[in-house]
Amino acid sequence: MAQMNMLQAINQALSSEMESDETMTVFGEDVGHFGGVFRATSGLQEKFGRDRCFNTPLTEQGIAGFANGLASNGMTAVAEIQFADYIFPAIDQIVNESAKFRYRSGNEFDVGGLTFRTPYGGGIAGGHYHSQSPEAYFTQTPGLKVVVPRNPEQAKGLLIASIRDKNPVIFFEPKRLYRASVGEVPEGDYVIELGKAEVVKQGSDITLLGWGAQMEVLEKAAEMAAKKGISCEIVDLRTLSPWDIDTVAASVKKTGRLLINHEAPLTGGFAGEIAATIQEECFLYLESPIARVCGLDTPYPLIHEKEYMPDALKTFEAIKASVKF
Amino acid sequence: MSNATTNAETIHRVSFLDKDSLSIPILKVLQADGTAYEGAVLPVIDENLAKKIHDTCVFTRVLDERMLGAQRQGRISFYMTCTGEEASIIGSTAALDDGDVILAQYREHAAIRYRGFTTEQFMNQMFSNEKDFGKGRQMPIHYGSQELNYQTISSPLATQIPQATGVAYALKRQGKRNIAICYFGEGAASEGDFHAGLNMAAVLNSPVIFFCRNNGYAISTPTEEQFKGNGIASRGVGYGMHTIRVDGNDMLAVLAATQQARAYALEHNAPVLIEAMTYRLGAHSSSDDPSGYRSKDEEAKWQQHDPVKRFKLWMINKGWMNEQEDADLYVKYREEVLSELKVAEKVPTPHLDSIIEDVYDTPTPMLKKQLAQLKEHVKKYPESYPKSAGRV
Ligand SMILES: Cc1ncc(C[n+]2csc(CCOP(=O)(O)OP(=O)(O)O)c2C)c(N)n1
Repeated sequence: MAQMNMLQAINQALSSEMESDETMTVFGEDVGHFGGVFRATSGLQEKFGRDRCFNTPLTEQGIAGFANGLASNGMTAVAEIQFADYIFPAIDQIVNESAKFRYRSGNEFDVGGLTFRTPYGGGIAGGHYHSQSPEAYFTQTPGLKVVVPRNPEQAKGLLIASIRDKNPVIFFEPKRLYRASVGEVPEGDYVIELGKAEVVKQGSDITLLGWGAQMEVLEKAAEMAAKKGISCEIVDLRTLSPWDIDTVAASVKKTGRLLINHEAPLTGGFAGEIAATIQEECFLYLESPIARVCGLDTPYPLIHEKEYMPDALKTFEAIKASVKF
Repeated sequence: MSNATTNAETIHRVSFLDKDSLSIPILKVLQADGTAYEGAVLPVIDENLAKKIHDTCVFTRVLDERMLGAQRQGRISFYMTCTGEEASIIGSTAALDDGDVILAQYREHAAIRYRGFTTEQFMNQMFSNEKDFGKGRQMPIHYGSQELNYQTISSPLATQIPQATGVAYALKRQGKRNIAICYFGEGAASEGDFHAGLNMAAVLNSPVIFFCRNNGYAISTPTEEQFKGNGIASRGVGYGMHTIRVDGNDMLAVLAATQQARAYALEHNAPVLIEAMTYRLGAHSSSDDPSGYRSKDEEAKWQQHDPVKRFKLWMINKGWMNEQEDADLYVKYREEVLSELKVAEKVPTPHLDSIIEDVYDTPTPMLKKQLAQLKEHVKKYPESYPKSAGRV
């Protein structure tokens, strides 16, 4: 195993898939020779040529539509949207086209070979146009899979699985962790199954559920809670659509409490969906209301970023309140 | 004839057009030595206007140099310069009336300066302090001012293009003798919004100037990988629009073209496209390193087309300025920028209450509840949040 950061893990996943799948292309704004503004695709053009790793003109609508076309004709397409904040110009192509290709044609056509990769999230002094977590816009769309890794090892395994998955996948990369998160990553090929949550830490008093960059926050909060004698179970959802109800419900049945944390605003966020479902599945096991620690219902601010963040302290407070309820 | 789009001749043999079928010349007025080309028609310009343009050039150079330095020292989080593109930006704004509405991309701070944005106002925005009009919500350089008719910058590219069409239509309906001007890069011209905005302007007769700064790169992507047509100008023609291509490093050419574009837009209630051929001398932004995608030789070549220097030489030739006055102006602005920077850095950040303001015209009950919870939390852990948040 080698130590690497998340960008290197992503780069390795792309590279090894391009090696084994001749039809695979990687493209987006600045991803060619420059290797993308975050350098996730560096070296790929040199290795695989300009036909397989290239810059596109600056149009997310075009990138998504082009990707749909490629995938509908049997190719594996991995498109980068430079920031998740800029996925919105592509939303018609993704929501109305990628998501519905298979359904509307009775499976005559599909874009299963398509993966969108995009850096999401805040904590990098990016203000509201470089910090958004738009996952809920996509979890609301049947036909798309939504995946968010939490560290380099997960990023590689989940990205390879996303690329091989026979459905269009939106792969949100926590940009705050791109370089910050370093860890052991297996060399060679491995996949982490989509649609499966992972129990990252066993505990008995409350289940803390999150994904992506917020997993670090949950771990910190759990450490703080441990000092108060509260035992937290930590679950990483990993795939938001379709999400692993069974693993989450089993954990909540065990601990009797659930806290969900995400960076996106509270209202309409994916935590609401989880809370409703778990309330249905686990009603008689719940010892306190399901807690949500999320972003405020405002755009992502710049100067008040620290206050805005659903951070470890806020999570810690919510854990205590839940346990005391 | 229902499809009366052209009065085309008919031909009887297959013959295609290509990008060179349309020859689009480039307007140049000033030569490198600061004298006008023979036969060149000068814009309307007097000594006062020339001095204001030059003053804005010098301020912008100083601001860009100092703030890039401040970013490297970690005093601000982000910066973007317009070095090399001053003539495109200032030459065009100088052709406008103060009532004309500017919708910029992000590299046009010289335009808001020309309108009167003060050094203090620049600093307040960049340091996200409580005097920033944007209340510290946006990254540095996202200026805006209602008073100066300069709409606040939005980072998503090209969104301002169809908006400019709407602004111009509003100005027309309001009976104002004003236009809108919309700035964007050749990269942004690939977005769907560009096509939507231009087509609507042409069809709906909006008096708007679309001003493309064709500066050679969109971050790392050179124009050859951005478009294959005859620049951006050919698209203006395609949409049925008055179109001109100018030397974007030639202050007088840009000024002349924009003055006439404005007159045309007003007189005919029609859009005009200006493509300014220029070069981004600096990095894309403070987060970028251009050595990864372009050569030092290429940059050096363009250094020789410095638009600020060319215009200065013209003024000296006219006897409207001398080298000493120019040098003094740099000194004055270096001092001014530095001292305003030091002041702005110490102005407190916006009050935490402002976090829920302006999401709607008045905060919703939910937002008020969230603020109350947040304040309670921050009060409990004052040492874990920025000092300014302690003022709850
Ligand atoms: C919709 C959207 N996509 C991507 C970006 C990221 N981005 C910021 S600037 C930029 C390049 C813009 O190039 P251009 O329009 O030519 O202007 P220039 O920077 O050269 O002045 C990109 C890709 C963005 N801000 N908005």
